Amino acid sequence: MSIFDGLKFRKVYSPIHNLDPRIKFIYVISIFAVAIIFSQVIPLLFLFVLQLPFVLLAHVQRQWLRSLRGAAFLAAIIFAVNVGTSFFYAGYKVTPPAVENAVALTLRFVVLVESFSVFFLTTSPDHLGLALEESHVPYEFAFAFTTAVRFVPVLAEEAQTIMDAQKARGLELEKGGLLKRIRNYVPVLIPLIVSAIRRSLELAEAMESRAWGATKKRTNLYSLKLHKGDYALLAITIGITVAAIYVRLYVIIPTIVHLL
Amino acid sequence: MIEAQDVRFSYANKVEALKGVSLTVKDGEFLAIMGQNGAGKSTFVKHFNGLLKPSSGKVLVDGVETTKTSVATLARNVGFVFQNPDHQLFSETVEEEIAFALKNFGFNPDVVEKRVTWALELLSLSQYRKISPFLLSGGERKRVALASVLAWNPQMLILDEPTIGQDHEQKEKLTQFIMQMQAQGKTVVIVTHDVEFVAECNPRVVLMKEGKIVAEGTGKDILTNPQVLAESSIVLPQIAQVFAKLSPLGFPKNVIDIYEAEKIILKATESKRQ
Amino acid sequence: MAIIETKNLTYTYPGAAKPSIADVSIKVEKGEFVLITGPSGCGKTTLCRCFNGLVPHFYQGDLQGEITVAGEDVLKRHTYEMAKHVGLVFQNPENQLFALSVEKDVAFGLENFGVPREEIRKKVDWALNQTGIYDLRERSPHEISGGQQQRVAIAAVLAMEPEIIVLDEPTSFLDPLSAERIFDVIYDLNRKQGITVILVEHRLDLTAKYTNHLIVMDEGKVRFEGNPREILSTEETRLIGVGIPKATLLYQLLKKDGLNIGKNMPLSSVELADQLLEMLGTK
Repeated sequence: MSIFDGLKFRKVYSPIHNLDPRIKFIYVISIFAVAIIFSQVIPLLFLFVLQLPFVLLAHVQRQWLRSLRGAAFLAAIIFAVNVGTSFFYAGYKVTPPAVENAVALTLRFVVLVESFSVFFLTTSPDHLGLALEESHVPYEFAFAFTTAVRFVPVLAEEAQTIMDAQKARGLELEKGGLLKRIRNYVPVLIPLIVSAIRRSLELAEAMESRAWGATKKRTNLYSLKLHKGDYALLAITIGITVAAIYVRLYVIIPTIVHLL
Repeated sequence: MIEAQDVRFSYANKVEALKGVSLTVKDGEFLAIMGQNGAGKSTFVKHFNGLLKPSSGKVLVDGVETTKTSVATLARNVGFVFQNPDHQLFSETVEEEIAFALKNFGFNPDVVEKRVTWALELLSLSQYRKISPFLLSGGERKRVALASVLAWNPQMLILDEPTIGQDHEQKEKLTQFIMQMQAQGKTVVIVTHDVEFVAECNPRVVLMKEGKIVAEGTGKDILTNPQVLAESSIVLPQIAQVFAKLSPLGFPKNVIDIYEAEKIILKATESKRQ
Repeated sequence: MAIIETKNLTYTYPGAAKPSIADVSIKVEKGEFVLITGPSGCGKTTLCRCFNGLVPHFYQGDLQGEITVAGEDVLKRHTYEMAKHVGLVFQNPENQLFALSVEKDVAFGLENFGVPREEIRKKVDWALNQTGIYDLRERSPHEISGGQQQRVAIAAVLAMEPEIIVLDEPTSFLDPLSAERIFDVIYDLNRKQGITVILVEHRLDLTAKYTNHLIVMDEGKVRFEGNPREILSTEETRLIGVGIPKATLLYQLLKKDGLNIGKNMPLSSVELADQLLEMLGTK
């Protein structure tokens, strides 16, 4: 099942992967906020280009480009809608400023999506789980997250086995009209769900048997310590945010139309 | 009935699971495919009903290449019972569960009715006809899964690790059951690492290791050959272990049956008897 | 002093028609290696879950009788309190490991107890070494074999340093060779660490030799308790459906034929062979 492939953790070590996920998350939220306060092409383009060094340093170019392609469809719609509405609003003509505005809004969307994509591509589930544990998120949520990730490959394999077992009893998943095809999946979904419930019960037994809930103050085998790189990123984040606010308030940004 | 010619198979992640396997399974044969976990046994048998198609080489079922037909068509003659019955059970009643495959194969409703009754009786499940399969015990669910495959009377029966999680009595019943199927002329293939079970049934044995067949022969020969077994990380059956230790005194090595062992020891110790 | 003692223990699952265990009274001494066996449905799994409080705290239902484990009345203690004394290893290797790395899983229990980090590190490393899986500590549980997963489960329980480890059919899903390795680990822990072991198993040919305290259950009741050499030779035991080791059966067959191979009834093939060799050696 290729959808699950992306979630199978590959132990890639790069300077970006080693950064503390909490700092990375603060960075991403800041980029998010900065992208919202600007509606001109130039600063948004700047924000977009800003992601590239992270992508390249983390060696995730291929996956990043793939997610870009995924976003392209929605981006095209946003562009078309904006051009379309300005078309009607400006009296049935397409003006360069309107086009530039549409480009800017599309860029903003892309920056928002891509910054999150970069975050998830450069953060392993283990690391993310650990960050959740170390932050003040209740332990139950961090545990639910890591356990879910841990069992994704198991569930994927089980789904495949169940489909095989039912195919071996003559089930043809691809046959019939849309309604029949949906019904065909019932013999696959039910065993999957029942198995998931059984698994949860066994897991709960194991958790209870290993002292789940013994104390409110849980400790951790691992700890996330901030390194130089993390402080550097934090500094960059603060720098960009401050600069952005300054530019927004005091600097007039030329439009591309203006420059041409 | 099944002919595998130099079958190679690689999974999507490029791991080569089968590295050129050739095997013929005749009609009515009883075959055990053994080997360590990961040797490729399950991967191989999934080619018999077309669930997997070879990356290179051919698999012919009754003369037809598996790549030229569908799983549903092949399944008509090749019944596959998976290891975990919970991967199959989904119906509201045992009756519906057994009827599932029959309906898929397009049997008439009255034929379905008859076959369901027949399968239920064969596996002593008649009293559970209208009960939900999820309410039954582990052993009973295994019988329901088996019944649901037997119902359409395939010529070949493949059992993937049938003894896992079974207690002694359940294994004995399974042995008797397989013998019954054999007597009816069915071809039976079991994939297992349970040496004792194989020693009881004494089928033809094929030993696999790292995607290849490394040994073939009778249960007696294969299961008493320590080198071959050690290479495939398989343990000698209990009786064979006794005779392996006794061989320096001239005892025969290839003994796996307890009654044969009894005879041999009695003969060798005639002078010591009270 | 008995480390586990039950008196007339009877338990019925919620909504069940009849009790899963009835009138079970057993005594386990500190440091013993106890083997529990019996056909499917005999109640051995339920009994295991009584030792650490899963029954009745997790499963609810109706528990009658008395049960004392490591000096504690199980009915009055939370499961997490019992976890300090009793570790439970389950049948399915995959479904008892939930962390993303082996060592994090082994640390789980200690983390729950709030043990300081340096101590967790020491205990985890020790447990990993005891079970021979130190090299696997950074691997993901899904990548390793079933036998290795069970060793992780044992290490995870061991790290909490319980006095008792209960294993409920730990080798059901494993091939015979991996099963033997697990039994070696368990036996080692019993011999070298003095941990009381309660093992539920069908494979008596591999395990009967480790113990002199065998408990045979059937339909919720304890049918036989004592030395396996005595119990496994009776007709009644065979009729219950227990898998008697072939060596034992062969010894009995030969005895009926008039051939006596030594005083002791063998529990394993090696024992039988040795006794035969001894007998023939005096020719």
